[in-house]
Amino acid sequence: MKTILKILSLLLVTILISCGGKEEKKKEKIKLQTKTEKKVEKKVEKLPASKTIDLTNKGVGPITSLNLPAEIDQSMATRGAEVYKKMCTACHRTNKKFIGPSPQGILERRSPEWVMNMILNPEEMVKKDPLAKALLIEFNGSPMANQNLTEEEARAVLEYFRTLK
Amino acid sequence: MNKICKYILAITALTIFVSCGNNNGGNNSGALASSKAEKVYVAPGEHDEYYAFFSGGYSGNITVAGLPSGRMLKEIPVFSQFPTSGYGYSEETKPMLNTSFGFVPWGDAHHPDISQTNGELDGRWIFINENNTPRIARVSLATFETEEIIELPNSAGNHASSFVTENTEYIVAGTRFAVPNPQRDMPINEMKGQFKGPLSFVSIAENGRMNLEFQLNMPGFNYDLAHPGRHKSHGWFFFTSYNTEEANTLMEVNASQNDKDYIAAVNWQKIAEYVKNGGGKRVPGKYAHNVYDEKTHTATSTMKDGVITIDPKDVEGAVFYIPIPKSPHGCDVDPSGEYIIGSGKLSTDLSVYSFEKIQTAIKNKDFVADAYGVPVLSYENTIAGVVAQPGLGPLHTEFDGKGNAYTTFFISSEVVKWKLGTWEVLDRQPTFYSVGHLMIPGGNSRKPFGKYMVAMNKITKDRYLPTGPELEHSAQLYDISGDKMELLSDFPTHGEPHYAAGIRADIIKDKSKKYYELSENEHPYAAKSEGEAKVTRNGNEVHVNMTMIRSHFAPDNIEGVKVGDKVYLHLTNLEQDFDVPHGFSIIGANTSEILVMPGQTKTIIWEPKREGVWPFYCTDFCSALHQEMQGYVRVSGKNSSVPISYTLDGE
Repeated sequence: MKTILKILSLLLVTILISCGGKEEKKKEKIKLQTKTEKKVEKKVEKLPASKTIDLTNKGVGPITSLNLPAEIDQSMATRGAEVYKKMCTACHRTNKKFIGPSPQGILERRSPEWVMNMILNPEEMVKKDPLAKALLIEFNGSPMANQNLTEEEARAVLEYFRTLK
Repeated sequence: MNKICKYILAITALTIFVSCGNNNGGNNSGALASSKAEKVYVAPGEHDEYYAFFSGGYSGNITVAGLPSGRMLKEIPVFSQFPTSGYGYSEETKPMLNTSFGFVPWGDAHHPDISQTNGELDGRWIFINENNTPRIARVSLATFETEEIIELPNSAGNHASSFVTENTEYIVAGTRFAVPNPQRDMPINEMKGQFKGPLSFVSIAENGRMNLEFQLNMPGFNYDLAHPGRHKSHGWFFFTSYNTEEANTLMEVNASQNDKDYIAAVNWQKIAEYVKNGGGKRVPGKYAHNVYDEKTHTATSTMKDGVITIDPKDVEGAVFYIPIPKSPHGCDVDPSGEYIIGSGKLSTDLSVYSFEKIQTAIKNKDFVADAYGVPVLSYENTIAGVVAQPGLGPLHTEFDGKGNAYTTFFISSEVVKWKLGTWEVLDRQPTFYSVGHLMIPGGNSRKPFGKYMVAMNKITKDRYLPTGPELEHSAQLYDISGDKMELLSDFPTHGEPHYAAGIRADIIKDKSKKYYELSENEHPYAAKSEGEAKVTRNGNEVHVNMTMIRSHFAPDNIEGVKVGDKVYLHLTNLEQDFDVPHGFSIIGANTSEILVMPGQTKTIIWEPKREGVWPFYCTDFCSALHQEMQGYVRVSGKNSSVPISYTLDGE
């Protein structure tokens, strides 16, 4: 008799799973992971994100490593200034905090990879990168717009940022 | 113990039955209903397999739905003003609705058709006709925007339209209402022999540009529907006609007297050749030709005059009539091009003509009569077969590419599947209710995607929750992949879809435009960066070149505008990302808002009538700070000396 009951209860469990229980379970697992991640982040943040210095974080996106030559490439910087003027000045000013932070001195606070990833991949950055996430909150939830710059354009903008002293 | 076990077993069984898929309170058994539900279920975040483009009928527009879900994806404004986007209200799009009768804010959209290459849908454009003020529109399937509208002079009731030949050489437009051509003041009851039924041929250039090439000035019958020949019959066009009685009053009786009306068979290649060699006569005919430029984001309307008209008697071997029973509606050509299906809507039989037999009869000059000089072929010598008594009120036929045809029957409210060649009826399914046209994606091309069929019903009644006296029309989706048609779902459609066109989604979805390149914006009043934003006065005209980005306008404070000024608000969306439109509206504007896509510039006019400080704002929720996307215009008195100034954050 007991075996019959066992079989029955097994059957019930199977039914439960087959009627759409599986996926939810998977999701739950994922949620747990993200929760632990969050806890770690909160400990890191004390200074406002815009003042935090983190030169090791490369951010999330297509740029994984970038070595800046010692000399600034002036013609690239000029091109970058043009792109910046067209695509970025609606929200960023070099002389002040505007909709977003000023890019002045950005390379003293961020790695070049982080800056380019923020330009090229803002949606993912504000979701996954702890600094980008904190910046979004610090700037009242105003999103960094993806202006669909090419990698070359973003690199030129970065070179222009190097000239801002 | 045994009893308890049985008890538990019974409960378990019941639980399974209840919990798995019996969520449909209808008469369908649980298991069947759930398999149908699976067939139309598109999981959250997943895409439909097909696009379906439904004509909106009296809405004047096209609605786009996904199949099999039936989810509505978009309404594309074509012939009607559309405040949702500002189409027909913005300065850039108002010219699209210009006609030889002036600005017409509305249209009656009928038959969409997708462009073809070698007889297969290529997904470049969709065309649609307007019945009331005869016009044809071309809509881009990259931007889903109306790019061009051409009016058809000397025509009336553009119903037999907008059907595309198999390499998108021509689109036709046959007049549904015989009219004097040229129009003139004459007694109505003298129409017989006096009125004409011009059939317009519009060519399509490589870039899509339409040109009215010629009009075939046919006898004054009512040309109802048309279809191009394809494959072996490529080069021909077939038009159904009714009112061969040429009655001018109480048409529902007087236009239904003759046992047979005519299908007009037109060798358009021959006529095009004739025109190319200088044939035809240029006659007056005023018409508007409106073209939207994707670079300037602006439409221009050009008024043209004159069209080449051709008397069918003048081109030997190009135009014939074929008798067809009782006021035909649909005129559909099968994928091989051999069979032409005529649906005599007051007949009980379907007449299927053979292209080969038609050619033989023409070669043998096997004519039984002539109608105003157009030779009439014999019914008996052109008919391939008759589908005997399949239903009542046949209207329209499409094909599955597997040798089967599907015909709608309005009066008996059903779709009938029958076999080409044997003419036997294979299946019938009721529709709810009174079906007009049906659509199989690709079903009027050489290569139908014979998986789904959509019936477009004229009467809705009790199919949905009641919504007052007026109801949206209902469409029904059938699975036609098996031997029997299977009704899968109902879904409401907007306006009155007279016809639809469907295409496999993968043919167009990757080409769908995501935003307009700001660097390619050639609008004369575009401000392509905040640095270019400005306000200029020219007499009492004030031009504001304003930018929008998440989430502010530049400038957002404007002073120096006066009562009586005509303020042109030119808004440029600086975003360069997918799905970030911004909207604009201002209190007191006697027009709609505008929705500006990334990289685009649009303009509305505002004529402030009262002094004060008037706010404007973004109408499309764009970011967490959307609510803050707003600004002010100070309006001073007529004689004020407040100078024009404009700022953003004091700069």
